[in-house]
Amino acid sequence: MTPVALMELAVVLPLVGAILIAAAGRNPNLREAVTLLTAVLLLAVVVGIVSAVLEGERPEVALIGFLPGVTIALSAEPLACVFAVVASLLWIVTSVYSIGYMRAHHEENQTRFYAFFAIAIAAAMGVAFSANLVTLFVFYEALTLSTFPLVGHAGTAEARNGARTYAGLLLAASFALMLPAIIATNQAAGTVTFAPGGILAGNISDSGAAIILALFVFGIAKAALMPLHRWLPAAMVAPTPVSALLHAVAVVKAGVFCILKVTLYIFGLDFLGDTGISVWLTYVAAATILIGSLIALTKDNLKARLAYSTVSQLSYIVLGAMLATGAGIIGGAMHIAMHAFGKITLFFCAGAILVASHKTEISDMHGLGRRMPFTFAAFLLASLSIIGLPPTGGSWSKWMLMLATADTGQLLLMGALMLSSLLSIAYLLPVAVVGFMAPAKSGDPGHDGTAAGIREAPLLCVAPLWLTAIGTLALFFFAEPIFAFLEPLVK
Amino acid sequence: MDFPGLFNYWIVIALMMIGFYIVISQGNLVKKIFGLNIFQVSVFVFYISMGKVEGGTAPILAPGFATYTNPIPSVLILTAIVVGVATMAVGLALVVRIRDAFGSIEDDEIAKLEGDVT
Amino acid sequence: MISVHQPILQIVLPLMAAPICVILRNAFAGWLLALLVTGGAFVASLILLVHVVNEGPVSYAIGGWPPPWGIEYRVDGLSAFVLVTVAAIGFLSMIFARRSVEAEVAADRGYLFYTMYLLCFTGLMGIPVTGDAFNLFVFLEISSLSSYVLISLGTDRRALTAAFRYLIMGTLGATFYVLGIGLLYMVTGTLNIADLAARVPEMTHIRTVQMALAFLTVGLGLKLALFPLHLWLPNAYAFAPTVVTVFLAATATKVAVYALIRIAYTMFGGPTMFAVMPIDEVLVGFGLLSMIVGALAAVWQTNVKRLLAFSSISQIGYMVLGLGLADVTGLAGAVVHIFNHAMIKAILFMAVGCIIFRIGSADLRDIRGFAKPMPITAACVVVGGLSLVGAPLTLGFITKWLLLQGALDRNWWWVAVVIVAASLLALVYVWRLIAAAYLHPPSERVAAVREAPAPMLLALVALTVATVVIAIDGSLIGDFAVVTAKQLLGSGE
Repeated sequence: MTPVALMELAVVLPLVGAILIAAAGRNPNLREAVTLLTAVLLLAVVVGIVSAVLEGERPEVALIGFLPGVTIALSAEPLACVFAVVASLLWIVTSVYSIGYMRAHHEENQTRFYAFFAIAIAAAMGVAFSANLVTLFVFYEALTLSTFPLVGHAGTAEARNGARTYAGLLLAASFALMLPAIIATNQAAGTVTFAPGGILAGNISDSGAAIILALFVFGIAKAALMPLHRWLPAAMVAPTPVSALLHAVAVVKAGVFCILKVTLYIFGLDFLGDTGISVWLTYVAAATILIGSLIALTKDNLKARLAYSTVSQLSYIVLGAMLATGAGIIGGAMHIAMHAFGKITLFFCAGAILVASHKTEISDMHGLGRRMPFTFAAFLLASLSIIGLPPTGGSWSKWMLMLATADTGQLLLMGALMLSSLLSIAYLLPVAVVGFMAPAKSGDPGHDGTAAGIREAPLLCVAPLWLTAIGTLALFFFAEPIFAFLEPLVK
Repeated sequence: MDFPGLFNYWIVIALMMIGFYIVISQGNLVKKIFGLNIFQVSVFVFYISMGKVEGGTAPILAPGFATYTNPIPSVLILTAIVVGVATMAVGLALVVRIRDAFGSIEDDEIAKLEGDVT
Repeated sequence: MISVHQPILQIVLPLMAAPICVILRNAFAGWLLALLVTGGAFVASLILLVHVVNEGPVSYAIGGWPPPWGIEYRVDGLSAFVLVTVAAIGFLSMIFARRSVEAEVAADRGYLFYTMYLLCFTGLMGIPVTGDAFNLFVFLEISSLSSYVLISLGTDRRALTAAFRYLIMGTLGATFYVLGIGLLYMVTGTLNIADLAARVPEMTHIRTVQMALAFLTVGLGLKLALFPLHLWLPNAYAFAPTVVTVFLAATATKVAVYALIRIAYTMFGGPTMFAVMPIDEVLVGFGLLSMIVGALAAVWQTNVKRLLAFSSISQIGYMVLGLGLADVTGLAGAVVHIFNHAMIKAILFMAVGCIIFRIGSADLRDIRGFAKPMPITAACVVVGGLSLVGAPLTLGFITKWLLLQGALDRNWWWVAVVIVAASLLALVYVWRLIAAAYLHPPSERVAAVREAPAPMLLALVALTVATVVIAIDGSLIGDFAVVTAKQLLGSGE
């Protein structure tokens, strides 16, 4: 198949999957088989696109005329490929994990869950392969809307409130800030199509560009730059697989991916570097990194701690983009992949702990590691990746980002990154340490009333989290190809 | 522009304001309808007087007459009168129904009754 | 391709059918007749639209009297577009109507309901086709008088007072309109819109012409419920029978917007006139006020019908704003929004009709959780609501895009800020609707109901699917609107 057809397929396939899932709702086995099959096929499709891009192709296709002068169009380039591969690869793993989790947890409305999950992936693929800002916006909103039922899945008052904060903040920010920015871009440049080197340079005053940049960076609230990060912790009411794939990978990465896209293809690195309009945003990002880490330290609920860790880690990527240097962009793009594998593992572990022991608070997990050694070992490994220590993938992206701050002479920012790594040691390692080392609390009620009753989570939960944990290791050794793949972006 | 030359417009304005004032100030729904009618009539007068040509006669072809009044405004107003009558009929019919439903045709009393329901 | 008499067909048919309806004295027969007539009018207007788009405007001299002596019917792109919109909604409302009318209108008055409906339909179909300014007034009054009666048929006694207030306001508006036309006639000696269009733009400096525009704008402002002339609308929409609300909310105000576009642009030459008398800025100002005030009021409503009524006031503001922006994109935005809002409001009010039919209330607290027993209705509410907010892939997004672009074209960034603020308010009240549908467990009363009857659903789903399909390939309607706007601004055919 041609790369163009593959791109179209990447968006359509999960949608077809969603319809089939809905149709197969009465038969759980068939339904989950459809989910897995769709996920595998999607990965194959994405790999096909990547191989075309590797050969230097830049497929493009206009699908429908949408507005006068604007079309819904798809295109593929390395950045898009990274995001698409990460999302589609992890979808397979998450699907397996979901089956284990949802069955063990006896969740209701599982058909709705799988169907909307597939739609969300379709939207994520659309975001990845958008050829212009309007297409990006369309899929960005579709991603918000399709994940809304997933966040509110439990249907309790708490889930309702969380879902409201989630959708309300994301929608409001995109309408109030991002959409005006897109329209202002169209106004200034006469186009909204992504182009290497940017489209705004020379078409707009510096102050105008500064305003548009700020509207974009804050309007893309999925990147969770403070103060627009509140939705991310609120979304933690969702079932764990949702938190894992969407709030560690698809949704949040869509946010930072959009920011990278806008930086590269709307403003252009040279334009940003020359005007210096993005400097103040690097400080906002650095502040988010530090404040996010500090808040994570105070959280006892494991998922909440991970959520704030995500807030903090996302701003690494925003920081990389706003530095407007080659190393920053590549470091940011690599961090999309590195952080995805690390964070999804952590969330899987949190879910496995919940399924096996019904525990959500870290202070209740004393000695749990000895009962669930596989889960906690994976947790430790993934923690290393988030912290940025070898031999895990996270060390490379953090290294690149450090280099970028050094290139621009921003020693303050470099300090912030280092401090944040220390903080992440402080909030992640204790979880594993307490699990393995601390004596179990006496009289701790477990699954069947006694701590002794707690056993390792079901295989369908543990296998996926080990896969992703091994992924973080593999990324350490295979970082070079990714780097080479991304390098054309900034050449 | 001596005074009598434009006095028809003064009458129009006076009638219009009288009608408008009644619509706004009167609490009695029937009186409101009549005020509305006076308001409309002022526009009828406006049209008809505008079509009048000084020294002109009725627009019927007859020997010995060269100047005729413009007939079109009068014709238009025939239509407008029909509309006005229909409006009045619907309005008064509504007042009858309102009296059946609320037992009053005073605006303030009805407003009070409406408030009780909600 | 089309018959010579095509332009008048969709007016004469319903006008003749109305008295037949009275003679039939039977609600079912009346309904069937109305269904057939509106369906026929819909098909006829579609043919007309295709013809006009391909081959240019059509002119028809009534009774064989050539214009400007006789009354001319003139159909160009914009009027055919509005015509199709009205006819489509009119037809679908009739599909929807039967059960709803049975439930909400006394049985012995059923046939009269359809009579009035047909008359109202005649009036609203007449306004877009007529090429005569005074004839436009006649159609305006035909539609208004019949809508007063239709509104008064509501079950709540407050429908009567709502109709009465509408009658007072509507008649004042119509009288202002006649006065404005009279002033124009004094200066130009013609009532034919094409004739006026040729003469008026050269007379913009004359005080009488300026006064005429002021009277016409205020008169139509009352009809289209522009803030602060909107007071009649909320109660009228809230207490009228649902079918009437669907039809009027979707078409009546939109037709008034059409009339305002005709007058401000075709008759007065748009920008030429605005240069002398800045009506455009006045319209922008009141448009923005309408948008914000309407949306703010909507946020606080607990009755869904009233909520949507206030939302209408807000949405009218968008159209008037686009009109006032007086450039191609802004005007195109207004044209798209005429269609867009007609569709949205028809969908949402029909959905409310289904809810009232089954649950018997339109109060947000009573209908909580209705998505469970009525999933299709709820899904349509979501689509309509998203379009109202302007989510991408809906027509609302196209409107918003064009309006924002238009505002920036004129360098009025503060207008853009207000548009965004109004959209956010829309998000809030649409949210309340969707939350009521999905986020609450249904009460026993709600859980016990069934999905709405098939014909009602059919109309609702047909509209919803139509908006989605049209919105996905939005360039079709977008390009049409841009062409129309260019024609109105006189910059190229």
